[in-house]
Amino acid sequence: MTSTVEHDSDGVGRVAARQPQTIDSLVVRFAGDSGDGMQVVGDQFTAESALFGNDLATLPSFPAEIRAPAGTLAGVSAFQVQIADHEISTPGDTPTVLVAMNPAALRANLGDLAAGATLVLNADAFDERSLAKAGYGVDPRSDGSLGGFRVYEVPMTTLTVEACKPTGAKPRDAERSKNFFALGLVSWLYHRPLESTLDFVARRYAARPAVVEANLLALRAGWNFGETAELFESSYEVPPTTFAPGTYANVTGNTALAWGLVAAAHQAGIALFLGSYPITPASDILHELAKHKQFGVTTFQAEDEIAGVGAALGAAFGGALGVTTTSGPGIDLKSETIGLAVSLELPLVVVDVQRGGPSTGLPTKTEQADLLAVMYGRHGEAPVPIVAAKTPSHCFAAAFEAVRIALTYRTPVYLLSDGYLANGSEPWLLPEPGSLPVLDPGFATARMGEVAGSDGPFLPYERDPETLARPWALPGTPGLEHRIGGIEKADRTGDVSYDPANHSKMVHLRAAKVAGVAKGIPPVEVDDPGAEIGEPAPLLVLGWGSSYGAITAAVRRLRVRGRAVAQAHLVHLHPFPANLGEVLSRYPKVLVPETNLGQLVKMVRAEFLVDAVGLGKVAGTPFRIAEIEGEMLRLLDGDIAGVSDRDEGVQP
Amino acid sequence: MTTAEARVQLTTRKDWSSDQEVRWCPGCGDYSILAAVQLLLPELGVARENTVFVSGIGCAARFPYYMSTYGMHSIHGRAPAIATGLAVSRPDLDVWVVTGDGDALSIGGNHLIHALRRNVNLTILMFNNQIYGLTKGQFSPTSEQGKVTKSTPFGSLDMPFNPLSVAIGAEATFVARTHDLDRKHMMETLRRAHDHKGAAFVEIYQNCNVFNDGAFAAVNAKEHREEMLVPLVHGEPIRFGADRERGVVLGRDGQLAVVDVAEVGEDAILVHDELRENPSLAFMLSRLARGPFEPTPIGVFRAVERPDYGALVREQVAAVQARRGSGDIDALLRSGATWVVDEA
Repeated sequence: MTSTVEHDSDGVGRVAARQPQTIDSLVVRFAGDSGDGMQVVGDQFTAESALFGNDLATLPSFPAEIRAPAGTLAGVSAFQVQIADHEISTPGDTPTVLVAMNPAALRANLGDLAAGATLVLNADAFDERSLAKAGYGVDPRSDGSLGGFRVYEVPMTTLTVEACKPTGAKPRDAERSKNFFALGLVSWLYHRPLESTLDFVARRYAARPAVVEANLLALRAGWNFGETAELFESSYEVPPTTFAPGTYANVTGNTALAWGLVAAAHQAGIALFLGSYPITPASDILHELAKHKQFGVTTFQAEDEIAGVGAALGAAFGGALGVTTTSGPGIDLKSETIGLAVSLELPLVVVDVQRGGPSTGLPTKTEQADLLAVMYGRHGEAPVPIVAAKTPSHCFAAAFEAVRIALTYRTPVYLLSDGYLANGSEPWLLPEPGSLPVLDPGFATARMGEVAGSDGPFLPYERDPETLARPWALPGTPGLEHRIGGIEKADRTGDVSYDPANHSKMVHLRAAKVAGVAKGIPPVEVDDPGAEIGEPAPLLVLGWGSSYGAITAAVRRLRVRGRAVAQAHLVHLHPFPANLGEVLSRYPKVLVPETNLGQLVKMVRAEFLVDAVGLGKVAGTPFRIAEIEGEMLRLLDGDIAGVSDRDEGVQP
Repeated sequence: MTTAEARVQLTTRKDWSSDQEVRWCPGCGDYSILAAVQLLLPELGVARENTVFVSGIGCAARFPYYMSTYGMHSIHGRAPAIATGLAVSRPDLDVWVVTGDGDALSIGGNHLIHALRRNVNLTILMFNNQIYGLTKGQFSPTSEQGKVTKSTPFGSLDMPFNPLSVAIGAEATFVARTHDLDRKHMMETLRRAHDHKGAAFVEIYQNCNVFNDGAFAAVNAKEHREEMLVPLVHGEPIRFGADRERGVVLGRDGQLAVVDVAEVGEDAILVHDELRENPSLAFMLSRLARGPFEPTPIGVFRAVERPDYGALVREQVAAVQARRGSGDIDALLRSGATWVVDEA
């Protein structure tokens, strides 16, 4: 596609092209200063598309600083969404449309764009000072550097101020609505219905009628500008996707995760107690749960990460569903208490919304690099089951599953999400009303001795022969008084014991209990169309967590090109599904893509002695489909000895 | 009479003792504190099953193992946080925290101050022996400056904490001090602490006869007690001495001073008021002695009413439930924008 600065496009061609063109997908990225409201606009464009019936996936990206210096690259906040008329699993590798509110937003995002992408620029922001702030010596609009793109320059600030004149707002205040102008314009360009945005503006700013009015005027002005300015040669439409019947909602991973916890506690008939300390990108789970006290939810914003998990564990001792939510740095701090929970054998759910590390790392960026930390990051032999969500909506089911394991086996459980899932969203087919399973906390109600007709002492570490779980005996229950603690306990009685044989037995019992979780989880499913006709693929791609979307899309692409490739995705990382070793043994080549330097691949190599190959990426961003696709091709075509020319590297 | 009442009325010390062998060093002050608690509990009208002792790490932290109640021996410093989760979610329980000077004021200092300022319904007993016992004799955050220990062979350089000043500064609603050589005073102080709604903090001077023997002897040895311990009794002038001949006055310089009653006259003696909302006087009293070598107040310094945190949490939940009804999961999942895809 050639560069077309549309200022002087001729009227004849325009009339012909102004019929909406149908396209099958669209990747839009809104970018501006972190104070420009790009996340709001992205959210609303997404909501409009969801209600229109498209499949979609989103990728918000914002700086860790609340207000980095205006106009600088550091302050750029962006929101990317892919919408399609078919099923998709990622927000798209390369945007086909970039809305840039200033030069910094253009510069920070230009390199990511698809060839021939459409640029919608706020022309008012390209003054000398802003160009300099963004590091542009020469205006990129005039030096040919935008030559490969279709560029639309729109004086958004001026038009917004003009549109808001009836409100009497000062220009400085009025121009803040320019994000809604941009939304109106792009909504027109892609035929999005505005109803949900009108609703949103009215609700969100209800306390400030002047802001409602200004935003709505700006939104309409943007829409009308698209329709009347004769700048655009065409508008486009992405037809609705064909979805399975049912009721859908568009939710972020953090919201789905919070709802999963509420639902699981509700289905177990126990109170949910969240002990948490604010941390990016997990805080929205705390915020969401704090809204739902009608479910008997207690949200305790603790003095620190340790108190958050400590209070959750204390509540669990009392019979609540104890949950703590955090990200990497918080995991480090909570580790000792999680080890205590292993020893106490009480239910506890620890949510780790992973972000880039080490240390403070990249608070607002995504990474899957905590797997080994949660698997092994405790002193002593302290096994903890691990469940990982794979998509934003799957966070609901993953949370429910984490609670099920915690309650069934009286154990802390790690639930892994990440920044990409936390803030990303997708249409979610809601469970049918009344369809969620019931969970049984199975509180101990009587002394085992009394049941047996003797008056022997209550045995707090007597185990269920099936699950090896110990009784959950709540304070307040007469006759079951007992003491638990972090010192090694004698088998059955739970008394303090330093006996060598007892310690060995208890370590093995705890390990066997966690290993036994595998008996209650479904086998890992392999998607390998050829296997059914006796022609299994030569390559299995094994994933976990949020790389699901990119892996799935890459597998689809290869199959379209006629290549056979099998896919499996792990939700249970510890213990593994019982059939995983057998599955891996069926494939001559196994590729494990993950946004870390090779953590799951280490675990499966160690556990099953398979020559699995890792594909690692640690850029703070999710995989692009092409990255995984390329690596699969290299493996399929036998070029596994070559060193990757990408900076992500290949593991091991 | 219900069975719970029967259990309460009939208990003796033995009913509150577990079958575990007590393993503190012979002569440790912890024994007398354990006895005081086990003797007090039968008098409190509470049931064993509704009583929970939560501890951290240290010699004192073994306490729950010796009680026939529910108990948790947790990890170092975290008992107030763990007990907060339990007390907030289970208002029907009596939750006691047993901690030491290292556990409460060093590794767990943060949790202690926040439990106090929130006013969580906990009875916190801090055994202060001014030394690390379980790790065999390093200085603690309450050890005096210059203290020679294994980790400070040339003397400790650390300024110590005054535990009661810390508690009062942390907005505690109940602050008291007692000592391990006076069972009656211990029992009365602990009874008051137990009956207090909200967080009750009690510092118990406790002798570590192995690593810091006689740390408090200058004030609580039998022969010094009358002259060196200043009993605080609500509504009464603060006087001490064999003939109550000494007393505490608030001087014109705004400082508390120990005086001879005969010199200033009885009316000049400060009357103790534990209900005073302003904590300044209680704070000054907590600092009357610079250490356990000057006349040292014991008893209840401060006991004011403030809603306990757990009650506020439950009230908020109840208020939301009253307004919205109890939760409906299907409605929650459909609470945002939704759309329906029909059968094709």
